Amino acid sequence: MSIATTTAREVTQSLATGRSKEHGPAALIFLGLLWFSMFFGVVVLLVLIIDTIIEGSSRFDGALLTEYGSRVSPETTGFRAGILGSAWLMVFTALFAVPLGIAAALYLEEFANRDRWWNRLIELNLQNLAAVPSIVYGLLAVAVMALLGFDNSGTVLGGAIALALLILPVIIITTREAVRAVPREIRDGSLALGATVWQTTWRQTLPSAIPGIATGTILGLSRAIGEAAPLVVVGLAGSVRFDPEGLLSSITALPMQIFSLTSQSQEDFQTAASAAIVVLLVMILGLNGLAIFIRNKFQRTW
Amino acid sequence: MSNNASSVVGPSGRTGPPAVNLARKSRPAESAIRVVLTSSAFVSVAVTVGIIAALIRPVLDFFGEVPFGDFFSTEGQFAVLPLVAGTLMVTVIALLVSVPLGLGAAMYLSEYASRRARKFLKPTVELLAGIPSVVYGFFALTFVTPTVLQDLLGVQVNFTNALSAGLVLGVMVIPTIASLSEDALSAVPHSLRQGSLAMGANRMQTTLRVVFPAALSGIAAAIVLGMSRAIGETMIVALAAGAQKNLSVDPREGMQTMTGFIAQTAGGENPVGSTSYNTLFAVGMLLFVITLLVNVVSIALVRRFRQVY
Repeated sequence: MSIATTTAREVTQSLATGRSKEHGPAALIFLGLLWFSMFFGVVVLLVLIIDTIIEGSSRFDGALLTEYGSRVSPETTGFRAGILGSAWLMVFTALFAVPLGIAAALYLEEFANRDRWWNRLIELNLQNLAAVPSIVYGLLAVAVMALLGFDNSGTVLGGAIALALLILPVIIITTREAVRAVPREIRDGSLALGATVWQTTWRQTLPSAIPGIATGTILGLSRAIGEAAPLVVVGLAGSVRFDPEGLLSSITALPMQIFSLTSQSQEDFQTAASAAIVVLLVMILGLNGLAIFIRNKFQRTW
Repeated sequence: MSNNASSVVGPSGRTGPPAVNLARKSRPAESAIRVVLTSSAFVSVAVTVGIIAALIRPVLDFFGEVPFGDFFSTEGQFAVLPLVAGTLMVTVIALLVSVPLGLGAAMYLSEYASRRARKFLKPTVELLAGIPSVVYGFFALTFVTPTVLQDLLGVQVNFTNALSAGLVLGVMVIPTIASLSEDALSAVPHSLRQGSLAMGANRMQTTLRVVFPAALSGIAAAIVLGMSRAIGETMIVALAAGAQKNLSVDPREGMQTMTGFIAQTAGGENPVGSTSYNTLFAVGMLLFVITLLVNVVSIALVRRFRQVY
């Protein structure tokens, strides 16, 4: 009621003075503040990227990609082990997390009865898991590795378990959204022709949802590739001087190498870390670009 | 939509009479698939149970050797309160940055931006969340502290300090708050805005006095979720906030947080099973419990917000 009275009074005033309310000083200052908050983050992002590129520009050379990390010759230290390690981690993270995530999402969307308490429990649990700190997944992966009987968890397997558990909620949530976007009529048509629920899901719903699922999965992986916290806990080394050979091979990852170089005080190491950050950002932006491309190219609007 | 696969009604077959109830036909393969899908969904529950189970044994071992009072104390090797205070300090600074900026961005996107501008601006803001935290940490350590704080603003800060870690953490949390608040603001029905505008209010008044209060519970949920992100973030604070426990109210000093402590201890040379290694799990358990409580508050707020319209 009070809002109505005050606004009514203001309307009378603005009509009397003939000035538009949208251009009053308060409204303009407010709009300015909104503009500022909108673009503050973008400016920080630009500063971060430009500063890193300038700092690392003297190290954009072949050695950066092909050499192993070295403490004796900081000017030619490279990130071969980290890049290969990150690639291996991504492959196995996807292998663990994607089938599990899609299966769980299909159950929740197509089969589960939402009134049952256990299905509500799963929903609630997913919401919570998505906000659990990433470092806690590292602690979990250490315990899982111990349960499987491995003493050394700083391997491809240990890292991939941690990252897969980390992005599982992301994949489940985005897959559910993609599956939910497929219209009911398609399911009804298939069921009316005599297909079972599973046949409908496998032959109609899932193929229609694949672009959305692929986008969500790639975005999940782009989050996993930059994570360092769970890998620190799992015990990945900061520097490794050989290529990964298998699931139980000790590895490092690109963010881990950046992390361990940051604690070195020598200028050359800082430069190398900046150059490695540029490599990491290129990988992440590439994955994001791929996701956007898939979304724009294949996503159907019903 | 359930298919009762358990009961079998007669032999199915093409030769039989037409009145075969196919809905009750036994389909073992489909039942198996259902079991696989169901158990996949329950893996997510197993993860939560696994986290608690993984933490509880080392935590019990830890409290077998270290008295409760030594853990929840302000001084000593196993004191956790300085870490909690450090986390609190960094989180408060981060929220001071991200709440106004995130809300401002959300209001701009929801109330002012055209549909085309929003389609372009929203992913750009969300890109901020895609930058790895180790990159933010490096940025805080090598740019924000020396260049922005010491040179440009002339603040006397230590090499590692809570201020620069908190500021950069705040930038990282902006997209979380902006994106979720924008959803809440957009969910407010148009009729409320039209009513307000028809009364002669301008867009600022409509946004602040009508749309904002109507979306308040969703915005509160967004802020709480941003807080949970800030509490659990590791690499920024591990790099830029400091590696020494420091119970202080001065953000210019370095202070270690709970996550920073876990990262440092796990990366160190503590033998597995030793008391100092188990401290890791005790702090991890505390962190998990704190973020769990914060998340429960956030989920409850979202529930309330959904029931409004």
